[in-house]
Amino acid sequence: MQAIKKFYNILRKPAVHYSLGFLTIGGFIAGIIFWGAFNTALEATNTEAFCTSCHEMRDNPFEELKPTIHYSNRSGVRATCPDCHVPHKWTDKIARKMQASKEVWGKIFGTINTREKYEAKRLHLAQNEWSRLKANDSLECRNCHEFDSMDFTLQAQRASKQHSTALANGEKTCIDCHKGIAHELPDMKGVEGFN
Amino acid sequence: MKKLLSTVLLVPGLLVSSLLTANLAVAADNDVTSLRAQSLEVIDPAQKLKNFPKENLELPMNYVQQPPLIPHHIRGYEVDRKTNKCLTCHSFKNYKQYGATKISITHFENRDGKALSDVSPRRYFCLQCHVPQVNAKPLVENTFEPVGALAE
Repeated sequence: MQAIKKFYNILRKPAVHYSLGFLTIGGFIAGIIFWGAFNTALEATNTEAFCTSCHEMRDNPFEELKPTIHYSNRSGVRATCPDCHVPHKWTDKIARKMQASKEVWGKIFGTINTREKYEAKRLHLAQNEWSRLKANDSLECRNCHEFDSMDFTLQAQRASKQHSTALANGEKTCIDCHKGIAHELPDMKGVEGFN
Repeated sequence: MKKLLSTVLLVPGLLVSSLLTANLAVAADNDVTSLRAQSLEVIDPAQKLKNFPKENLELPMNYVQQPPLIPHHIRGYEVDRKTNKCLTCHSFKNYKQYGATKISITHFENRDGKALSDVSPRRYFCLQCHVPQVNAKPLVENTFEPVGALAE
């Protein structure tokens, strides 16, 4: 208690030894360094290399991603983990990163550290992502796939029919139909549109 | 003495027979050609992989009761214990909404001939019979024609 009071007293008194200039400019520079370090660390967690540094991600979702169109394709454009799973806007990104602290918990306690455990949790994990994408109108899809830039005449019949109706009038969003495009599906019994 | 005699007799015999077989082999080599019209030792260069077209709507039926071909690409379509992507459009429940071909009711029958209320496990794996087609010309001419009333 005494120590806290002493510390508080130091904080509320003006500095005796340091100039105002030193404190403002020094504080400014320290702020830049701190912010830069924070952002660099944050961005470092937004890479495929970081995601696949855990065997849970490397052996399951990453392996499943590899044969799909978002990983192997003719044009060499590749979507990696954060492109779909982390929002691009800063505030949303921070919110998602805070949620991700639960994933650190899962890593520490090994909630999906075997294929069997991963399969058992697959529906739950998939539903998390489906509801997130449903809620933000498939924002991560639309970061690359712009609706206004779609040429329906160049699409296959089936695709142009759906895109020009249900997607165009906002009744459906990408994830409603495009489930399981990058990873294996869970048991889909009871999921809308399946069976 | 006996040994020497048998050796003397055996050696020319062997020579003659080996020459004969060699001649026969050469004759066989000249007369018979493989269907590929080249020596068996020649290894063909690997064929280029063909891509599945996105849509392939004109696929004729070649014979009666042929399982219809799949007129679209199916990359990444999952059909396994957990889910069946084909049935999301072709099931009784969904076909109208998507304008897809309805799965035939014959697929509801199990192997005892009993009709079930949904797709029978033995007919669940669509790709066992239904496949998409790449645009590949036949390698060998096919003269098959349906006969009689079936040709109509």
